[in-house]
Amino acid sequence: MIGIQPIDQYARDISDEKQASVIDGSSKGTDKRYTVLHKDYPDPDKIRKLAASIKDHTLHHLEHYLEKAEKSLIARGVNVHFASTDEDARQTILSILRSHGVTQLTKSKSMAAEEIHLNPFLIENGVECLESDLGEFIIQLDGDEPSHIVKPIIHLNRRDIAKTFLREGITDTYNDDPETITRQARVYLREKYMQAQAGITGANFVCSDTGRLALITNEGNSRFGMAPVPVHIALVGIEKVIPQEKDLAVFLNLLGRSATGQQLTVYTEFINGPRSANQPDGPEHMHVVFMDNGRTDVLASNCKEILRCIRCGACQNVCPVYRQASGHAYRSTYGGPVGAVLSPILFGSRFPELADLPKASSLCGACNEVCPVDIPIPDLLLRLRDKAKRESVPSAGAIPMSPFAHLATTPSFWRTAITMSKAMNHLPIQVAPIKPLQDWLGQRTLPEWHGGDFRKWMKNREKAKS
Amino acid sequence: MSRAAIFAKIESATSSIKEKAAYPDYDLSIVHSLPKLKGEDLWDIFVHNFSYVNGKAMTSIEQLSAFLLETKQLHGYCDPALYDTIGSKLAAAGLTVETEYHRDRYDEYQFGVTRATGAIAESGSVIIDDDRTSHRLAALSPWVHVAVLERSEILRTIPDAIAVFGDSPNIIWCTGPSKTADVEGILIEGVHGPGEQIALLV
Ligand code: SF4
Repeated sequence: MIGIQPIDQYARDISDEKQASVIDGSSKGTDKRYTVLHKDYPDPDKIRKLAASIKDHTLHHLEHYLEKAEKSLIARGVNVHFASTDEDARQTILSILRSHGVTQLTKSKSMAAEEIHLNPFLIENGVECLESDLGEFIIQLDGDEPSHIVKPIIHLNRRDIAKTFLREGITDTYNDDPETITRQARVYLREKYMQAQAGITGANFVCSDTGRLALITNEGNSRFGMAPVPVHIALVGIEKVIPQEKDLAVFLNLLGRSATGQQLTVYTEFINGPRSANQPDGPEHMHVVFMDNGRTDVLASNCKEILRCIRCGACQNVCPVYRQASGHAYRSTYGGPVGAVLSPILFGSRFPELADLPKASSLCGACNEVCPVDIPIPDLLLRLRDKAKRESVPSAGAIPMSPFAHLATTPSFWRTAITMSKAMNHLPIQVAPIKPLQDWLGQRTLPEWHGGDFRKWMKNREKAKS
Repeated sequence: MSRAAIFAKIESATSSIKEKAAYPDYDLSIVHSLPKLKGEDLWDIFVHNFSYVNGKAMTSIEQLSAFLLETKQLHGYCDPALYDTIGSKLAAAGLTVETEYHRDRYDEYQFGVTRATGAIAESGSVIIDDDRTSHRLAALSPWVHVAVLERSEILRTIPDAIAVFGDSPNIIWCTGPSKTADVEGILIEGVHGPGEQIALLV
């Protein structure tokens, strides 16, 4: 065990059942994404590059667009708040809730809220706060953590869930039929929606020209969470701003396809203000809390491209390390390749503790290829490894990854490996006389080799530099 | 306090960026999905894509009442403005139709008939706009939602639908019935919202 990275330890300890769930869920996601994007567009790469350039432009002029979004929202009767830290965000939300006398609410899935552990905080402060996304609801019942951005319970199977529902009294008979599970949650949650006095959501995009928040769900939980309540609070990372509504067409077309292989997610909501005067349902008060919580540090770093992320989860689905280790191995809200970059900088004070994450990658380049906003994740991982070296973070277990790292950073070795490509599938690599490699392979198999993508990525990277 | 601090940090970060990316000059046709736009008639294109996401397109009230009777969705709500043209005919076919939605009885409404503001042919989405929906909950809580649509309201593409957002504070595109694949990736419809999304052309 000496010299094992924490993330490798997770990969070792994960149960077969859990690993099978993760591998199955993520590989299905990858296949669907590929089929749909290529069926619908002759050259999806062009759209990815366009999306990247819109995001870069926005981030490089963030003060301008954020201020514009703030003004647009205020003009529409929305209360706008700013929160520098996670603690600021929690306190801001609590004081909004108190000012409206809210004691019970539902919350639709929001990674920003996960990031600041909003639920336990509100519950401690006497506000009943229920997750309404089916997956997040189950996570909350279990006291678990989501292990995927889009599919939070990718690590669970139907039996796990049926047991939870029985244990928590959602039902009084065990039934693991997925349809029955869904109906039980439907009945339970609608009563909660109707009792609630507020709905909390995140936002996928904020258009600075009109303040419109775009919010997507498949289940309709955010829609239901807002329809019967008088107060809507949206917690939004400052990097979610985009220049104009027109740009939504680019991002929405990419997001659904990349996340779940859908052209559009079922419910795409556009909200910029309290309900209309003639509408009997819906919030009379709308609050938007723009949160920094480390994002400006990322913006100031040499990994700012990660702020383009639209949280689609495609990089998680495709990543061989994620598939083997599961999202929990990344020990923070964001798992997989995006988390390996984002978490160590976003949660700056935890950098030493999370410094193993950037090393947990074979740099195969797949994450960059699937990313709808073309984030050069392998590049960013290298920059972070460099940071760890410079700041001489003691790195437990630099050894296990080193054969891979050596392969990945030495062009001649890599080329040899590539030319051997198919042969690699047949190498008796499990019995190679390298102790650390055996450790690493003890609990995993290498994915079938398709070859060539890394070289392509390197070439593009060189081109981009020159 | 937070506001000033955040803007100061952003400005300090962006001011050190040497080459700031320009806003790209682009034509929205780049995001049109041509295979999804095959055909001339917008209703036909819409029906094709709406069916793909398990929506049900209907062109007559008889078709609708037959479906509701057959699936035993017998009690529902109808927007009062649509009662004369639609609700009364459903009632005549033997269905119970209310023109007021009582939230304390949210459980009793099995179908809801409300006005759509439009539809998107390319994605098979119906558009629901706050200003013109009689009741948000009536379009959401029943198992069956019937979005009433006119031919002239169908838009061709997603960018076209964004261009006509207008002034409404809440616009929803519904691309099929509510669904989840959270449990083992298995598709289940009707999670929180309608399990049947119908578009009725009038
Ligand atoms: S980094 Fe790219 S692929 Fe990964 S979640 Fe973010 S947008 Fe999706």
